[in-house]
Amino acid sequence: AAMAAWAESAFKADKQDAAMNALLGSTDTAESAEVTLKAPDIAENGAVVPVTVRTKMANVESISIFVENNPNPLVAEFKIPAGTEADVSTRLRMGKTSKVTAVVKADGKLYSAAKEVKVTIGGCGG
Amino acid sequence: MAKKILKVKAKASGDRTKVKMMAKHIMESGQRKDKKTGELIPAKFLQELKVEHGGKVVFEASLGTAVSKNPYIAFNFAGGAKGDELVLTWKENTGASATETVKVK
Amino acid sequence: GLLPATGFAAKKQTADIYEVPNFGNVRLLHITDCHAQLNPVYFREPSVNLGIGSAYGQAPHLVGDKLLNHFGLTPNSLEAHAFTYLKFNEAAQKYGKVGGFAHIKTLVNRLREGYGSENTLLLDGGDTWQGSGTSYKTRGMDMVKATNELGVDIMTGHWEFTYHQEEILKNIKAFNGEFLAHNVMITEDALFDGADEYIFDEDSGRVFKPYTMREMGGARIAIVGQAFPRTKIANPARFIPDWSFDIFDRELQELVDQIRTEEKPDAVIVISHNGMDVDLAMASRVNGIDVILGGHTHDGVPQPTIVKNDGGQTLVCNVGSNGKFVGVMDLDVRGGKVHGYKYSLMPVFSELLPADPAMTQLITDIRAPYSDWLNEELAIADEVMFRRGNFNGSFDQVICDALRNQLDAQVSLSPGFRWGTTVLEGQVVKMEHVLDQTCLTYPETYVRPMKGSELKLILEDVADNIFNPEPYLQSGGDMVRVGGFDYVCDPSKSVGSRISEMTLDNGEKIDMNKDYKVAGWATVGARSEGPDIWDVVADDLRDKKVARVDKLNTPLLKNVAGNPGIAGYPRT
Ligand SMILES: [Mn+2]
Ligand SMILES: [Mn+2]
Repeated sequence: AAMAAWAESAFKADKQDAAMNALLGSTDTAESAEVTLKAPDIAENGAVVPVTVRTKMANVESISIFVENNPNPLVAEFKIPAGTEADVSTRLRMGKTSKVTAVVKADGKLYSAAKEVKVTIGGCGG
Repeated sequence: MAKKILKVKAKASGDRTKVKMMAKHIMESGQRKDKKTGELIPAKFLQELKVEHGGKVVFEASLGTAVSKNPYIAFNFAGGAKGDELVLTWKENTGASATETVKVK
Repeated sequence: GLLPATGFAAKKQTADIYEVPNFGNVRLLHITDCHAQLNPVYFREPSVNLGIGSAYGQAPHLVGDKLLNHFGLTPNSLEAHAFTYLKFNEAAQKYGKVGGFAHIKTLVNRLREGYGSENTLLLDGGDTWQGSGTSYKTRGMDMVKATNELGVDIMTGHWEFTYHQEEILKNIKAFNGEFLAHNVMITEDALFDGADEYIFDEDSGRVFKPYTMREMGGARIAIVGQAFPRTKIANPARFIPDWSFDIFDRELQELVDQIRTEEKPDAVIVISHNGMDVDLAMASRVNGIDVILGGHTHDGVPQPTIVKNDGGQTLVCNVGSNGKFVGVMDLDVRGGKVHGYKYSLMPVFSELLPADPAMTQLITDIRAPYSDWLNEELAIADEVMFRRGNFNGSFDQVICDALRNQLDAQVSLSPGFRWGTTVLEGQVVKMEHVLDQTCLTYPETYVRPMKGSELKLILEDVADNIFNPEPYLQSGGDMVRVGGFDYVCDPSKSVGSRISEMTLDNGEKIDMNKDYKVAGWATVGARSEGPDIWDVVADDLRDKKVARVDKLNTPLLKNVAGNPGIAGYPRT
């Protein structure tokens, strides 16, 4: 099977709204407790921030991840075919403290969960 | 035939197969400068990754430059048994692409 | 030191402070954050330990009289000296040194034998393998031997993780007790590189055993280990590339639920290195834990804080540092429930507890190869030399001044660690005291230009690690110490807005766009190239022959008036 076209305008957008519009056709996402976004409160390493997105919603088509304060907010989009669980882990880069948003597309609608991840210089300790 | 870049742990458990994969890849963003020359280092990153099982696409990812170096992705799908073959296809922004296969354990 | 022996030992106390009636059927003995202090030391408790947000005025953010009043301790007593900074120099001369493994050993033996050893456990919260010249030279193995001799049953860690990961695994192997940490996970990279051969469990990704079950006093006790969750942020990640840390309270809840279901324990205990504020928050968010025995923030808190949660309640303790205290938690545990407790935080006054001969011998053997180095006399202390507190202590200022003098810098920075022992006025400062303040595994100094804006960013980031009202966004420790400039700090503001009016000692305002020559040490990112910090400080003290503070670079504080976590502060 041929690969779907890489969404160039979405990945190259420098604002989260523009990226979301380009990728999903809308910024109108409903914040949902059914979407679980697991990310650290403080990143151990801004270059490698582990993130897991999962939901038990039915008919999930895709999961996408955005980092608001990155130069290009769209990080990745995962297509979820029938039979594949909406439960995906990956690792992303963050230059500074930012809100991380996961958007789940299910039954044609957009649901989201967000969390702020702190990036700090570190050092010191008790 | 390009050198393999994917390391995969695919494990069948119950009626599902859990897949953890890591690609050995620099994920050069195109926004970094060469410390010596001061020139921008050209972008070189994985853009697409697709996983097929038994002729059916079970996972498909589009990646941007904010995915960490050595991209790691974990997911799971219904079906799959020990010994089954997974077909993984990746494509870089440079146009380079390859298909690799791995057995479910 | 050259101080006269006190009359304290000869007179003794009229009442034996170590005589406590037994209670219940399970005794947990708790030590933490000894920072490798094998011998007795002086240790001054803080006069600045600000609580911000919901922590305002709550334990452990109480100092001096406020702490005495809160816990009903008598002023000018032995306890008042143990738990506060009040009249420190005078009281320390009267009551003598604290801690020392030979004295702790005697106390622990007594507390075990008096209760029935088989019904007691000795738990160590970590920060045990670092903080002295001998632990540095032996890569922590001196403390593994000392804790084996002491009979530590279970431990978790923080500074333990500042050796290389292979050395840590070797030390853990040599440790006779169990090393527990549910919240240290293997990185994905390491898992693909064969780490599955040594880690505890590949499915969960846990590097270490998360919990253990012990039968004692007719009860089943579960002990869970919680290592310091910010180790790779606060300390060099490069020593432990394959491991990843966090609080992981969701995973902890799942683990506690699983233990409750499968192991049918009568009590669930967490030996934690979160720091007390994080422990208090975790206790309110995770259900089913009976007691959290905590460390990291070095708070000597006389009684547990009771935290109500959906599972009932959780007791949260913190037992100070540097070998100064042993926590004694007696529990009445029956039928899957804690029915009552009695708690006592015992100060270890070395003159009241005879030294255990076997431990004394072990300590002598450990120190022998390094005694010339440790015992070099460098200077006389012109005033009490201490560190602990949210901002520059006198010993920090000596370090900051040494960095500027010896490395010819305008400005210096020094980390706000909470370890570092105290030297009394008139006492000889030995190399060992400098090592107590500086001895870690990344001691190299640096000198480099920094923009005013970069200095501000450092101060803002560190201040947020202490004063962020959300405990999960703190990482313990105190404010970075500075030399050569002052500033204004408003802990009640948010990140980016706490620090202002940075001003050089000559009165010149620090320009955000100008470069300044900055000296510092303990870089967590990459290894620095300069001489080790203890040699820099020792050189300066050898030159000066007196350890003194000419100007204390402590910030002017805003919005702290009336805060029970600050007393006698010069600049508000
Ligand atoms: Mn400590
Ligand atoms: Mn610690």
